[in-house]
Amino acid sequence: MELNIVVCIKQVPGTTSIKIDPETNTLVREGVESIINPFDCYALEEGVRLRERYGGKVTAISMGPPQAEQALREAISLGADDAILLSDRAFAGSDTWATAYVLSRAISKIADYDLVVCGRQTLDGDTGQVGPELAEMLALPFVAYVSRIEEIVDGSMRVQRMVEEGYETIEMPLPGVITVVKEINVPRLPSIRGTMKSRTAEIPVWTAEDTGIDPGKAGVAGSPTRVVKIFFPQRTRRSEMLQGSLEEQVDQLVEKLEEVV
Amino acid sequence: MEPNTAERSTVLEYFLTEQQKVVKDLARRVAEERILPVRADLDEKEEFPWAIMKDLADADLFRIFIPQEYDGLGEGLLTLCVAAEELGRACCGVAVTYAASALGAMPVLLYGTEEQKRRYLPDIASGARLTAFGLTESTAGSDAAGVRTTAVRDGEHYVLNGTKQYITNGGEAEIYTIIALTDPTRGPRGASAFIVDKDTPGFTFGKKERKMGIRASSTSELVFHNCRVPKENLLGREGVGFILTMRTLDSTRPGVAAVAVGLAQGALEAAVAYAQQRVQFGHPISAIQAVQHMLANMATELEAARALVHATARTIDAGTKNASEIGAMAKVFATDMAMKVTTDAVQVFGGAGYMRDYPVEKMMRDAKINQIYEGTNQVLRNVIALDVLKRKGMWS
Repeated sequence: MELNIVVCIKQVPGTTSIKIDPETNTLVREGVESIINPFDCYALEEGVRLRERYGGKVTAISMGPPQAEQALREAISLGADDAILLSDRAFAGSDTWATAYVLSRAISKIADYDLVVCGRQTLDGDTGQVGPELAEMLALPFVAYVSRIEEIVDGSMRVQRMVEEGYETIEMPLPGVITVVKEINVPRLPSIRGTMKSRTAEIPVWTAEDTGIDPGKAGVAGSPTRVVKIFFPQRTRRSEMLQGSLEEQVDQLVEKLEEVV
Repeated sequence: MEPNTAERSTVLEYFLTEQQKVVKDLARRVAEERILPVRADLDEKEEFPWAIMKDLADADLFRIFIPQEYDGLGEGLLTLCVAAEELGRACCGVAVTYAASALGAMPVLLYGTEEQKRRYLPDIASGARLTAFGLTESTAGSDAAGVRTTAVRDGEHYVLNGTKQYITNGGEAEIYTIIALTDPTRGPRGASAFIVDKDTPGFTFGKKERKMGIRASSTSELVFHNCRVPKENLLGREGVGFILTMRTLDSTRPGVAAVAVGLAQGALEAAVAYAQQRVQFGHPISAIQAVQHMLANMATELEAARALVHATARTIDAGTKNASEIGAMAKVFATDMAMKVTTDAVQVFGGAGYMRDYPVEKMMRDAKINQIYEGTNQVLRNVIALDVLKRKGMWS
């Protein structure tokens, strides 16, 4: 059995340096180091491990500006066999819905795949929506928050999904889509062969025309989400010292808590 | 691409190739992200670093010196030294585990038949199986002629009996090159080399040694009791065991030297950082000339050793016939330097350096063995002297 695995990755600003432009309500990207979204690194690592276990191929795919090619080169250094960049002015300003639409068209074009793996959410957008939307648009079975892939047999995959108190074991038919959590693995560092390969690898760029999208469904035009305002919430903190004996303090505390609840 | 951070630690230009720079950067990343955070713990618990071996394997570091046709990168000794130095900078115990696996693989590379190479090298390259080299016995250290382990031909097998001691990677490695006597009457010329798989019946492990330093590495006894090894596992032919050992060590000693250079680099960096923040008499001790001169000597001798190791590795990669002498020179010079630099690093730290809270006491403990293993520095001076005396007539 060989698995053809597609891993969706996004280039995001490095963890410690997110700034928002108060005028435009968008992320300030100038002078900010770009990294592969950390959750996508777990997705990529899991894809590479599945290939090592079952054979096959891992294709990393990313929608973004031309410089997102760098993230795809890094994906190759980390074990991806191939990479495809989805880049076109028509994609700019896509929200999660439009992003999932473009990704779904591109993945449909790849056609011969068994599994699509995404990180649970991105560091910048933080919505966790693209994975499930993508599955919906591809009309494929979907499991979110996968913390372990147990086995793949006869076109069916058994996975563990993290839930609040423990985990569930789910069997899903393939092809399918999953999003993974960080508990699933410890991503490896780049390899020598991967790094050498990443420097010269041809990374095809698929445009709106290549993916055959309906232009009205991508970019700003295809995005139902409107960001009205982004702001840091005011942190208001009031403190009050309770006085009296221990019993009195406890009574006062209970009273206060009851007011709130 | 990652900035080429590793290059900043050397002051001389070593003219590395693009691939060698990639190796250096990746080895440094593994060292800093995976080894540094756990080195004190590995030392304290004397724990074999399996998780790190997996990281080294994933990074392709075991592939470096294996030819491409056996899934390696087909790089030479210099590239191996570049990786070994970076690992040594973080932890000598981990680095020697890595280097010892190269030592165990070298006899297969140098003397293996096509069939033996196909059977063993791809697994060594992928890091799936570690290797070890078994020469030393209680009666045979510097004096290789003291080997007592025997290998007696019996039909399709050789039957091995004897005990090896102080074997690096013993018990953890899966592929062993063992030196045993096929003709005890001929002394060193009666020695032969065998590849022995870990699970061969009659092959067991004795005492695991408790060591002064390099405590992340495993050192143990190998016990052979009527251990039947298929005759296909003989390396080269009967009687070449001694020359195979010499040739193997000639080509791996620069690796030990490189680990020592890395170890000293780590100690120098720690000493410089400490000297700049430790305040005495109202100023950092780095303002005191006595300390400055210590640091200057450490840096100078370190760079001299690194230059010698690089030049030696390049010369061996170019196919010199003189590998014994220059390999011994690099090993002696670099390991004596590492002992001195790590000792001075402890001195710069003062009382704090003697405490286990800081890494330099471990570095000093780790340094000592480098002057002893893979040929004591005394025996290697004999090797150097032999060639120096032979060459006298060529000087004019």
